[in-house]
Amino acid sequence: MSDEYIDNKIETKSADSSSGGYAPPADHIPAKEAPDQELYHAKSFWTKWVFCQDAKVIGVQYALTATAIGMIGLILSWGMRLQLGFPETFSFLGPATYYQSVTMHGMIMVIYLLTALFLGGFGNYLIPLMVGARDMVFPYVNMVSYWMFLVAVIVLIASFFVPGGPTGAGWTLYPPQAILPGTPGSELGIVLMLVSLSLFVIGFTMGGLNYVITVLQARTRGMTLMRMPLTIWGIFTATVLALLAFPALFVACIMMTLDNLIGTSFFMPEIFTMGEKLETGGGSPILFQHLFWFFGHPEVYIVALPAFGIVSDVISVHARKNIFGYRMMVWAIVIIGALSFIVWAHHMYVSGMNPWFGFFFATTTLIIAVPTAIKVYNWVLTLWRGNIHLTIPMLFSLGFIVTFVNGGITGLFLGNVIIDVPLSDTYFVVAHFHMVMGIAPLMVVFAAIYHWYPLITGRHLNQTLGKIHFWITFIGAYAIYFPMHYLGFIGVPRRYFEMYDSPYMASGVGLNQFITVAALIVGFTQFIFLYNIFTSWYKGEKSERNPWKANSLEWHTPDYPPTHGNFGKELPVVHRWPYDFSVPGSDKEYIPQHVAPSEVPAAKVEKT
Amino acid sequence: MFVAIIFALVIIASIAFHFWSPWWWTPVASNWGNIDSTIILTFWVTGAVFVAVCLFMAYCVWQYRYRPERKAEYKPEDKKLEFRLTWLTALGVVALLAPGLVVWNKYVTVPDDAFKIEVLAYQWGWNYRLPGADGVLGKTSIDLVSDENPYGLDANDPNSKDDILVMDADLHLKINQPVKVELRSFDVLHNFYVPQFRAKMDTLPGIITYYWFIPEKTGKFEILCAEYCGTGHYAMRGYVQVDEEKDYSDWLAKQISFEKMFAKNSKKKLLVAENKN
Repeated sequence: MSDEYIDNKIETKSADSSSGGYAPPADHIPAKEAPDQELYHAKSFWTKWVFCQDAKVIGVQYALTATAIGMIGLILSWGMRLQLGFPETFSFLGPATYYQSVTMHGMIMVIYLLTALFLGGFGNYLIPLMVGARDMVFPYVNMVSYWMFLVAVIVLIASFFVPGGPTGAGWTLYPPQAILPGTPGSELGIVLMLVSLSLFVIGFTMGGLNYVITVLQARTRGMTLMRMPLTIWGIFTATVLALLAFPALFVACIMMTLDNLIGTSFFMPEIFTMGEKLETGGGSPILFQHLFWFFGHPEVYIVALPAFGIVSDVISVHARKNIFGYRMMVWAIVIIGALSFIVWAHHMYVSGMNPWFGFFFATTTLIIAVPTAIKVYNWVLTLWRGNIHLTIPMLFSLGFIVTFVNGGITGLFLGNVIIDVPLSDTYFVVAHFHMVMGIAPLMVVFAAIYHWYPLITGRHLNQTLGKIHFWITFIGAYAIYFPMHYLGFIGVPRRYFEMYDSPYMASGVGLNQFITVAALIVGFTQFIFLYNIFTSWYKGEKSERNPWKANSLEWHTPDYPPTHGNFGKELPVVHRWPYDFSVPGSDKEYIPQHVAPSEVPAAKVEKT
Repeated sequence: MFVAIIFALVIIASIAFHFWSPWWWTPVASNWGNIDSTIILTFWVTGAVFVAVCLFMAYCVWQYRYRPERKAEYKPEDKKLEFRLTWLTALGVVALLAPGLVVWNKYVTVPDDAFKIEVLAYQWGWNYRLPGADGVLGKTSIDLVSDENPYGLDANDPNSKDDILVMDADLHLKINQPVKVELRSFDVLHNFYVPQFRAKMDTLPGIITYYWFIPEKTGKFEILCAEYCGTGHYAMRGYVQVDEEKDYSDWLAKQISFEKMFAKNSKKKLLVAENKN
């Protein structure tokens, strides 16, 4: 896809002063509408690397912080798996510790790792570079966004050290249990969790406004919305979702904090516990669930949409073929995003809400399967008749397709309200969401890191370690979660510290041990990956410029790796979408976005 | 080559695991066998899609692996193909959803002749209440809960008096009798779940929730709390014993009514209720 030759045959009125000289009519791009952005130039070490306003550095800061807290989440999962696989073996694991691990693992992975990594990490690094901007539109606010995130993480970690420990309310934090004494960490632990989440939302809003406005307002000349890489479409749509969804979480956090600290009853009905009646009344626990899932379901897509976008670009570049059905892909992202706001109560089919809601939410939920399936078809159709380089980013993308399709179809089980009745709150659910929003997006995270690491550091990651990392992670994670669905079929409930000699567990003991061993191996492999990241930073193989021969702007900056301001003196002008690979008629194997039609006159690009 | 084979093997191993693994659901013991049928239908439809997509992917990886002389196809869109795939998928989704909604409609429509019982959940255990000879459960209020009146029954309600209180984690049910369980919680969320019955619903403080089923097999089934309810969640178990008519009557005869329990606990008669009656 490229400029339309016919429409632009009119002589340009040389409004195109900035590029200077004569441009052939076919190359015409509308003139600049606003002056170039003034950038803040850092003068000291502190303003350059610590309190930095460069989105690229902020992106790396976000990514490193998210990874660090994510490793804590990973280690917490080992504690859980040890208990489940080998109960009564590890004395340091009591029920309270177990539930605290479950809770913190879930919250850390969903919010502080995946959301922060995709939007804060990749969003910051890639948006300005890929849309052809010098930086985010509000660099200072962007910096504050990161520091708010860091404070949120520190508050979260602090909750491990307060009396009573962190909250053990489950990552969904359902009241009344979350703030009653029967749950670990129901005093300070839950308060710090709620405060940390609130801080996260505040910080995210600062960053999120930046991402959205940068995409809408700061694209370079010629970068129409329908020429943006799908990565940007994914991150952009996810950010819009997050800006609309996080406020629901924010108010829920505030309301529960008030219930806990000053005795309001937003979520507290009349309760009789520990032999006495509490002084609460009139509140509704289901209200919290509605607020939580009104945030919580879009949250799934806040993680998934950037993954969809990134994997589309990675597959296209490494298969040397345009992404199949680009416009359909864009609309699918937008439609999925919109639908994600009217499906939240499928998490609540058996919550005790009016059962007639089930009809509506089951229908909307299954409708989402259509645009999602289209995306899957288009990924595999992009591979069809491609010229597939089995690089590590491509391997991880293939791993993503398998795990995502697997996790997606189990979503069709759980979304169909009657099937959810026996399966909800069992290990089927645990297996489903780990596959679809744990493993699948992480596959994309890894693909993206192997793909863009050379851009960030100028060096490649070690290929051998990368292959080991991929095969163990993919096969291992699949071996963990695929059989886990079958525990759910038996009826094994989630969030059980121990099953004892329950008839439902009799056959599953060996399977649980196997899953634990696999989880330990896969977890350990991630440390190999971290080792690879840190050592390759200074002794990895030097990367040539644009090693994957990609078309999008981030690989075509004057300095490689890109420096402050991204694009040197002149911003690039965009003439085409980023998927002109293997264009018939052209002697070039790929045509970057900034190449004007007159430079590749023989290329038979398709107008669509 | 190697990569394509491994991916294909992962898919084949998944199919093999599905058919030969020893882990499968327990035999259904209620009228909700049609939920199982819906799951099986979903399995076939989605399983076919999963296998087809992944094997197609493995085939592409093998067939179109990098060759220096190969040039990838340039084809941004194929409207006809995209249109067909969209409608095919939509059709598949309808095929899954429609039967599911039919069964859900049954699940939420309680038959009139259902025997209403109360399941009372608390941290961490189960109690039950059955209607007496009048077949109606008396009114309750959390304000009335006390040592003498552990269920918080309203003594002014004539229906309360003969209510049978089962202060034990084991519940007995009569075979082939439709049951509507009315779920009540004193403190936090719980969920009354017996895997063999396939049914579940949260219990909440403040409101009464419900579901219904017909126990169709005799036997003893473990109850699991299926909504996280605090540190003791995993220990919140109980049993449902589904009995033949006679065994059920024997068990029922041993249970105690509200009137008797109140008298025993407080050493006085239920005066108010008697006067009103």
